[in-house]
Amino acid sequence: MSEHEYVPKSKAAKWFNDRLPLLTLGAHLTDYPTPKNLNYWWTFGGILTFCLITQIVTGIVLAMHYVAHADLAFGSVEHIMRNVNYGWLIRYIHSNGASMFFLAVYIHIFRSLFYGSYKSPREIIWILGLLIYLLMMAAAFLGYVLPWGQMSFWGATVITNLFSAIPLVGDSITTWLWGAYSVDNPTLNRFFSLHYLFPFLILGLVVLHIWALHIPGNNNPVGIDIKKPSKDTVPFHPYITIKDAFALLMFMIIFAGFVFFSPNVLGHSDNYIPANPLVTPAHIVPEWYLLPFYAILRSVPDKLGGVILMFSAIFILFVLPWLDTSKVRSAVFRPIYRQFFWILVIDVLMLGYVGAMPAEGVYLALARVGTIYYFLHFIVVLPVVGLLEKTDPIPMSISEPVITGGAEPSLARKINEKV
Amino acid sequence: MKKFNLIINKIIIILFLTIVSSQSAEMTDPIKVDWSFKGITGKFDRASLQRGFQVYKEVCSSCHSMQYLSYRNLGEPGGPEFTEAEVKAIAASFEVTDGPDNQGEMFTRPGRPSDMFVSPHPNKEAAAAANGGAYPPDMSVLVKARKGGANYIYSVLVGYEEPPTGVKLDQGVYYNKYMIGNKIKMPNNLEDGLVEYADGTESTVEQMAKDVTTFLAWAAEPELEERHKTGVKVIIYLVLLTILVYLSMKKIWSRVDSEK
Repeated sequence: MSEHEYVPKSKAAKWFNDRLPLLTLGAHLTDYPTPKNLNYWWTFGGILTFCLITQIVTGIVLAMHYVAHADLAFGSVEHIMRNVNYGWLIRYIHSNGASMFFLAVYIHIFRSLFYGSYKSPREIIWILGLLIYLLMMAAAFLGYVLPWGQMSFWGATVITNLFSAIPLVGDSITTWLWGAYSVDNPTLNRFFSLHYLFPFLILGLVVLHIWALHIPGNNNPVGIDIKKPSKDTVPFHPYITIKDAFALLMFMIIFAGFVFFSPNVLGHSDNYIPANPLVTPAHIVPEWYLLPFYAILRSVPDKLGGVILMFSAIFILFVLPWLDTSKVRSAVFRPIYRQFFWILVIDVLMLGYVGAMPAEGVYLALARVGTIYYFLHFIVVLPVVGLLEKTDPIPMSISEPVITGGAEPSLARKINEKV
Repeated sequence: MKKFNLIINKIIIILFLTIVSSQSAEMTDPIKVDWSFKGITGKFDRASLQRGFQVYKEVCSSCHSMQYLSYRNLGEPGGPEFTEAEVKAIAASFEVTDGPDNQGEMFTRPGRPSDMFVSPHPNKEAAAAANGGAYPPDMSVLVKARKGGANYIYSVLVGYEEPPTGVKLDQGVYYNKYMIGNKIKMPNNLEDGLVEYADGTESTVEQMAKDVTTFLAWAAEPELEERHKTGVKVIIYLVLLTILVYLSMKKIWSRVDSEK
């Protein structure tokens, strides 16, 4: 992997490194040539790693005090909040941490969409990232059930009932998922078990995600291939580490703002009412980060159709690298795509907004328009714009942002290689 | 890049609007009270908390449980901060079921500070049966469990009115303009002068509502004062560290930037 072979200084280190090249790996990670023009949108990878570790550490401590039983779960959460030393702090970090995690991952995903980071040769990084995102949504949903409040219970009921839309075997599958004939104690128990498992699966995928990233190296705001190492790159440490640290601290200030000054603003007040299978809340809404998908689900009058469309909204992203026909990665040089990118951002935000509203009247109409546009963006806009768009001239390299005449990146790359 | 930043700002604003707008629905907006515990340096009004406990004990506690609180909490920092002797006296004024003893029998004894608040009814069903079928909710986290929080609780307490003409109410249902659907099964239990405050404060309905809501807000978030205090320190620490790291970053990157 490394461009120049790393040789440990001491004999003992060399002995160890010959048997398990951890030191070589460390050297690779610190020397890793990174484009020097990365902007702050690139710091969210590091921020996400921090979020994952924070969730795992606080989660392990919470699990020491939490009781996964339908009669005791709600009380055990209150026990954490009142009697466990700094339990309130650990729980608020964990619950707000989930929201911060999703805030960061959405920025990370839209950064990739804007700068074309999902395109060749980075398709596997993109797909691994989507798998992480899928597991994150599952883990967040499972975790939201654990306090066993009203939204926990009814959220779990709504989501698990989606599987009953599957023809023939739907009801059997739902019963199997529940471990009972409704959401009940066995459901809570298995959700806790899975909620503890998923973060470690995510951790494994994150290792693969970073591994896959280190093969082609980072994309960059200009979106062109660069020689590594060269004067276009800087070693990861200390340049990127210090920049990531700075961005992470800014992120932590916002995080702390939520934890200490409005820890419940991102949650739903109904979840402080103990679960009651006999009383349905007026509006069952998922957490904010799942709202766009909830809007898509409810935009279809047919249950099975809604479920299929909701899952398609995620799975279509897996083929995104092949739907986008443009050779140019960065939207900086794609004047038409750039407009559509922002329309997509607004579309997803609108879907999120109507997802929080009752599915009726103007909200339902907006949800339908938003859903149709979401799919049009990927199925029609991306392939067509990629073929028709006249891209702006792209520079040959990062350090010499000279504008070439052509818009063809391979041309710029070839010229670049000769220099 | 400026455009990108602007749009992200908009995203965050819309996100917040979504959250805020999803919190309000189908009722008169609650009265906005200027609570002492709001804001980043907010603290509870100690005297109000003690008065609020008195209202809870004399009025609310005959129907509503508060099962997640202990009597010792009443003496802890950030709460009503009753003295140790007062907490012991309060706890002892309740009869607690304990046991089983050596003979396998349950027995009652005076409460201790370590005991949880004694509930007025043995279980939910009994509580509902004693209140015309409507279970009076446990009040431990009630302020966190209602949209609008303390403002909402206060508004309901002072929001009883004669029903407008044309509105028919069943037996045991009362009109309250701040409830969803304007109907509530809890009667109006507050009237001027109902409680004789130990500190001589005049016990108007508004005063009692404000005091007991303050008490409930503390009960729901007993960590609030510590949270606010720690939060201010954490943010100051993070801001200073951010400045240091920013300066280090500028220094380190100056090597690269000067190459241009």
